[in-house]
Amino acid sequence: MNASSNPILRIEGVGKAFGPVTAVDDVTLDIRENEFFALLGPSGCGKTTLLRMLAGFESPNAGRILLEGKDISPLPPEKRPLNLMFQSYALFPHMTVRQNLSYGLEMERLARTEIRRRVDETMATTDLTQFADRKPEQLSGGQKQRVALARALVKRPKVLLLDEPLGALDKKLREKMQLELKRMQNEVGITFIIVTHDQEEALVMADRMAILKDGRLLQVGAPEDVYERPADRFVANFIGVMNFIDGKVGVDGLFVAEGLQVKASGNAGSATLAVRPENIAIGPPGDLPVSGAVVDIAYHGLDRVLHVKTTASATPLQVRIPASGAGNWKIGDALSLKIDPARCRLFQ
Amino acid sequence: MSFNATRPTLLAAPGVAWLVAFMVVPCLLVLSYAFFERGVWGGVEYTFTLENFARVADPLYAKIFLNSARIALTATVAAILIAYPAAYAISRAPRMSQPILLFFAVLPFWSNYLIRTYAWIVLLNREGLTNNLLRSLGYTGEPLSMLYTESAVITGLVYNYLPFVILAIYSTLSRLNPELMEASRDLGAGPVRTFLRVTLPLTLPGVAAGGVFVFVLSIGNFVTPALLGGGRFQMVGNLVYDQFLTANDWPFGAALGAALILTMIVLLLLQARATAHASGERKGEAAQ
Repeated sequence: MNASSNPILRIEGVGKAFGPVTAVDDVTLDIRENEFFALLGPSGCGKTTLLRMLAGFESPNAGRILLEGKDISPLPPEKRPLNLMFQSYALFPHMTVRQNLSYGLEMERLARTEIRRRVDETMATTDLTQFADRKPEQLSGGQKQRVALARALVKRPKVLLLDEPLGALDKKLREKMQLELKRMQNEVGITFIIVTHDQEEALVMADRMAILKDGRLLQVGAPEDVYERPADRFVANFIGVMNFIDGKVGVDGLFVAEGLQVKASGNAGSATLAVRPENIAIGPPGDLPVSGAVVDIAYHGLDRVLHVKTTASATPLQVRIPASGAGNWKIGDALSLKIDPARCRLFQ
Repeated sequence: MSFNATRPTLLAAPGVAWLVAFMVVPCLLVLSYAFFERGVWGGVEYTFTLENFARVADPLYAKIFLNSARIALTATVAAILIAYPAAYAISRAPRMSQPILLFFAVLPFWSNYLIRTYAWIVLLNREGLTNNLLRSLGYTGEPLSMLYTESAVITGLVYNYLPFVILAIYSTLSRLNPELMEASRDLGAGPVRTFLRVTLPLTLPGVAAGGVFVFVLSIGNFVTPALLGGGRFQMVGNLVYDQFLTANDWPFGAALGAALILTMIVLLLLQARATAHASGERKGEAAQ
């Protein structure tokens, strides 16, 4: 959002293996100053290992990590101006909220009054003032989450690392905290790097995101870029919902599958067409080029998703239509479809 | 009483019955002896007196009490200092090898307490293994007299109770979320400050449990001081033993025993309170 283009953190050819298992494989990545960056991937993709290397809990087997141009990879965690918000929150159970927040500043050997001032300030911005003297056991999940965030923020790190920060919260609270985190990041002007397996979370919060799989970086970009122009079939499937149709591209540049033709710019040969549910238009039987039948309907409130069986693919195509829109489709109804050629991706 | 309230009581019944029959009743019986006069050939004359308790407070016996407490405390501190690093190392070892390491830690328990203590006589004797080893290494002076010293008694106590302390400290260490130590490092504390401000305070219940265990078992111990102290270092345990079996003064022995039990009960209660307090904290953390 307010991200400048200067990289604050540069991950340069970083790799990490645990015995025979490669967790992170030659990742190169620039994180810009003040941006909200998401590391996204399925579990076991190496995103947490990468984050732990940034924090200093794992050392890379290869590559360098540059913070403002300085290699921080040899530094232990306590010497790095980055702070990590742990997935388990890792609040000190024997300390009050105030003591938890003061801990990191005491380690910097700041004056008592300065510590008090900064802790008070941070507790005010994170709505924790009234809980100052409570122990973590006396807090709710959402409150603990705020303490964990405040404890890291009070250190004024150059980069804040967040490991699945909303994972332990229920859906309603999670959605509220997504916006809250984003607001907070705007306010404090600190670079946030968040690790998540939840693509929706990444889409909502991140200025830019990186998708990892099996330790490799697949794509880096703004949420819209990744959603609309996924780099490969895995990313296309991982972010949002995607229909895949296997077929082939002819010499005439037409993608052809059973009962379906789409103009495509690809090389001749076998190919997979990927299209989002919202980029398929429907009409009465015979109106549009592809014919099909409704096999399932999922109602989502704002919209509904029709699962349409066609000859083009084994799995029914998902088509999103506004719930208020025309057409009272029922299971078993025949209809026709048209795929918007401008909004498809071709993977070969 | 409702059904739900009755069932736990029923489940506890066999254990409670056992304790009452073989622990509480004999203890009370012995305790009651303390209020009577001694019989000429052992046993008691049923004449009420508080004389025995007055004798416990006698400086001569109070000194033995204090001496026992000092030896027990030294053994406790030594055991904690040895056990903590060991427990820490075990808790940081790979998950797979931790049970094996713990197995080795408790291995001495597989042999009899007396035999283990006798083994120290063989080790510490003037003609024992340690002196032989020193001689073979070229030491030519007088053989060291290590046996029948206070240090020998303390060594024996520490050796015998060390596994308990390792287990107690290990159990709190292994339940500690390792991310707490990482969080401390992340917030700018080096390894030493992390240990002093996070790891140690959170494992104090284990240290207390192990420590009280060693102290309570040491202060009343009579086998180790008898064997390794050679009877030259009287502890309360030996004193009680002597009153019953040598001096035939059962009432005084009972009074000494009562004082000893009281000390232990106070310590155990203090430790139970500390543990209850700390486990409340840990519950809060587990719920995160």
